[in-house]
Formats: sequence, C-alpha cells, structure tokens
Amino acid sequence: MQDSVQSEDLEGIAKEVRKSIIRMTYEAKSGHPGGSLSATEILTYLYFRELRIDPSNPNWPDRDRFVLSKGHATPALYSVLAMRGFFDKSLLQGFRKINSLLQGHAVNHVPGVDITAGSLGQGLSNAVGLALAARIDNKKYRVFAMIGDGESDEGSIWEAALSAAHFKLSNLIVFLDRNMIQLDGFTEEILTLGDLEAKFRSFGWSAITIDGHSFNEIRNALEWAKVQQGPKMIVARTVKGKGVKFMENNPEYHGKPAPNEEKLNEALRDIEGMQ
Amino acid sequence: MMMAAELRWLPDLINGLEKKSVREAYGNTLVSIGSDRNVVVLDADLSTSTHTSMFQKKYPDRFFNVGISENNMMGMAAGLSWTGKKVFVSSFAIFATGRAYDFVRQSVCYADSDVRIVATHAGLTVGEDGATHQMLEDIGLMSGLPRMRVLVPSDAAETEQIVRYVYENRGPFYVRLSREKVPVVHGNESFKFGRAETISDGDDVTIVATGILVMAAKIAASYLKKKGISARVLNMSTIKPLDAEGIVKAARETGRIITAEEHSIYNGLGSRVSEVVAERYPVPVRRLGVNDTFGESGKSWELMDKYGLNPAGIVNGVEELLKVKV
Repeated sequence: MQDSVQSEDLEGIAKEVRKSIIRMTYEAKSGHPGGSLSATEILTYLYFRELRIDPSNPNWPDRDRFVLSKGHATPALYSVLAMRGFFDKSLLQGFRKINSLLQGHAVNHVPGVDITAGSLGQGLSNAVGLALAARIDNKKYRVFAMIGDGESDEGSIWEAALSAAHFKLSNLIVFLDRNMIQLDGFTEEILTLGDLEAKFRSFGWSAITIDGHSFNEIRNALEWAKVQQGPKMIVARTVKGKGVKFMENNPEYHGKPAPNEEKLNEALRDIEGMQ
Repeated sequence: MMMAAELRWLPDLINGLEKKSVREAYGNTLVSIGSDRNVVVLDADLSTSTHTSMFQKKYPDRFFNVGISENNMMGMAAGLSWTGKKVFVSSFAIFATGRAYDFVRQSVCYADSDVRIVATHAGLTVGEDGATHQMLEDIGLMSGLPRMRVLVPSDAAETEQIVRYVYENRGPFYVRLSREKVPVVHGNESFKFGRAETISDGDDVTIVATGILVMAAKIAASYLKKKGISARVLNMSTIKPLDAEGIVKAARETGRIITAEEHSIYNGLGSRVSEVVAERYPVPVRRLGVNDTFGESGKSWELMDKYGLNPAGIVNGVEELLKVKV
C-alpha cells in the first residue's frame, strides 16, 4: 500500500502542503502557519515514505502511530493527511470553523489522527503509553512523535523523557522541531533550552541533530534510528515560517496568518519559487 | 436537642464499628480482574499505599510505576488506552486530580480515553500528613469534566462492586477512596450505577450522604428516630451522573434535605444536590462538608470530629432544617 506513494516527488508534495497551510490559516483568519511550515518536510517524509499506514483503514491496529505533540501544527498535519488520502481535501476549507471536523488543535476523531493534543507537553507521554502498549502486545508497530522546542519548556516533556529511557522504548522515535521561536519570541531569550541533543542524550536517549528541511537528512536520520537502542531523538534544526519570506524567523507569525490578499499571494509566490 | 457524646466518632463510637480497608478492597479486585490481558495498571510511586502493588505482584508485565510524575502517568494512561487497553491509574486524590488536572482534562476526557482513575487518600482522613495531602476539591474538579463519571464508595464491599463496574464499562471514571479504614455499611451487593441507594426510609427529612459519611448518616438517623424524627438516608455513591429522580422524590416526599460529604461544601455532593433541588423541586437544603478551609494534621477521626463531619454534625443540620418554615 506504500508503493503507490513511494515514487511521488517529495519536494512537490511539500510545496502543496505549504500552500495548503497558508490557505487554510488565511481562510480561517487564525491558526499557526510558522510552526506548521517548519514541520512540513518531516511530516511529508513520514506520511509519504516512512509510516506503515493504510488511509483506507485508518484504525488498522498494527499501523505505525504518529503523535503530533505540538498540536497547533494541525495545518501541516491535516494537509498531509488529506493529500495522503485519509479524508477529502475539501474538508480543509472548514479548518477552525464552526461545525467543522477539523478543530484548531489535533483531535483523535479525525481519520488518521492518532492523538488529541493542544495543551503542550502531553503528547510525549501519550507516545510513551502507545509504545508500551506495543511491547505488552508483542506488536511491531513503531511510535513516531513530534514535539516543539517551545513545548520543551514544559516539565512534563522531561518526565516523559525519563520514562521513555527507563522503559527502554526502542520503538519510539521523536522529532524535535527546533525552530528557535515560540509565541512570545525567540526560545533562548524566553527560557534557555540550550543543547537539546545533549540534554536528551543525558536522559538516556540516542540523539542526533539534522537539517529538518532536508529530505536526505531526514531519511538518513530514520535509517540511523533503526539501529539505535532505546528511544531516539532527532533534533531537527528548522526555520519557523520556512518558505515564506515575511514569515521566516519572525515570531509574529507563530499564530498569525497572512494578513491580507496581497500578503497571501506573496506567500504563495514565495512557496512556488522555493528551490 | 441535647447533643449526645455518642454522636461523635471519638472516644468510643468509631471503635465500636466494624471497619474495613477500601484500599485493600481495590487491590483485591484489581487482582481478580487482572486475568484479562487488557487490564493495565499505572501508579506514581505510591503503589504500596494505593495497594496497586497487589496487582504488580501478580501481573508485573502489565504494571508500570512511573515514579513521581502524575502528569506523565495520565498521558501514558491515555496512550495505552488508545490501543484497546483498559487502564487503571492510581495515586493520592490530591495528585491524581489536582496536580494532573490538565492531563486528565485533555488526554483522558477530551480524548475520550478508556481510563479509570482510582484515587486513594481523599479528604481529611488522610490524617497526620495534613492539608497538603487532604484533597477536598476533587469531586468538583472531576465532576466538571465532560465525559467523566464520578464514584465514591461508602465501604469496602461497595468499593469492590464499583471497581468491577468501572472495569466492565468504558472510561473515563473517577473513583474516590480513603486512606482510613471505613465502617462497614453493607452486608450484600448494593451498588447500582447512577442510582441512590436507600439505606433507610423516612418522611421528615432526607440525609444524602457519600463515602465515609454514609455511616454517619445511618447513625444520625437512628438517633433522630429515637427523638421522633423520621429521616430517610440515601447513599449517593454515584455523584456524576447524579440520581436527580431520587433527589426530586426525596424533596417531594420529605420536604427537607441535608447533604453530608468529606469534601468542600463547594462543588461537591451538596452543590450538585442543591442544583437539582433548586431547578426541579425547591425545598430547604443544608450542606455538611468542609467550610471553604484547608485541613490540618491530626488523627483521622479527631479531624472528622473537629470539622463536624460526624453524626452530630448531621443531627445539628437536621435540627436547623426542621426550624425552617416552609
């Protein structure tokens, strides 16, 4: 079931995901484009190359799980899921609107969404629970998760980090979207996070740092993860707002869409022109 | 009415009553349902206190001690449940509901997770540990959450039935237990989910009690009977969903209601009963509980007497109620 998507052009998909993020948040007049654009390559790669999933059977018990702990990056997640065929793309227009399936933050009633997240710092604990369940049941599925760097201010991230190492969860692979920005500004100015790779390693994880916008590096990191013992942390250096010049590295666009039609079109042109 | 010394727990009343541990009842029941491979139990470094350690001994591969990290525990419980596990989570009430509230709200309730929180050490009867450990707001916190059902057993026998009930049904549930051994109210199967149990019938007033206060209500009622006052006693072991019909019936048939709980007078049984009475059949109500204060260190039954959570407190309240002109 994966074969049909293995040949699709990842760069092309990522561009479509980015445009969708910009349109969804513009249409909703709210939402989080910055942290969705920084996560785009990782989500695209996972859903189009790595995850063992079946869009026609989203609750397949043996599927790989994906936990979007930074639950505000739904524009990226929903776009990828729609493109992967979990639900109709027309649903994306309802994002954040009343009576819509697609809530502002991730909810597990959406086909393909394994978790409910939004209040930061919970998803990694959820992922630890999912990974333990696989062990109890002797199942081979893997649990992938993505956490944010701002999210790592939460103490519960570090509780979950201790647990994952304690329970030696080799089936847990986590991406940390290191875009250096949170709602109020730059992460290191608000609360110094420092060397997150070293921090996770000291917690007993295998950890590496990559360029989170390079499909090659994402692929290599996932190959690396296959041969490591225990939980794996892939710190992905990313650019918040990646692909849209006026959003890139700009804390203002953590939770603000393109403000008008002119900016909307500028954003879409920027994305189209990405190399 | 003269307040008799026999209506206070100490020095004699409590010692004359048969008491059993609700925590042991919980541990035993966990062991008996543990043959179901889907049952998973989590605890946060309190397993020998909550008695989940009994399950751990029998089924070590399905027990996880997460250390002192209640937030993480609730998140893990949710994750486990999303694969079809029937998850039990235990800690002290203060940590399970207070510390972990947002995880319970988001990961357990909003995510509609099949999780049962069975918390021990609720209320004043924690005793010597004092106010930091005496949870008096948990019924309010948990009742306010959509999807959550809230249960407070009155004794060990009812604890077994309730733990079995929450095992057989899909979560989320909150079950509130005491540290202290609880007087035996029941000799047989009594629990019906969502239904008040009539412990004794009466016409002049209704005492709606929950948890440890059910025995206090029973003793108060037999004292009042000797004084010519006929009190109905309802054991409200399901606080949410509340048995509104049973309360309306009591209001209509007895005209006066007093509630009794080892919890704040705010947002607990008294508040929930008052809401039903105010909306559906207004009659005078009194709430017996902790009056918007924290607890303190002391022996369990000393504290219960000091804070008026004893048969005397109920009899006092009934006297006041009977003076109200309607």
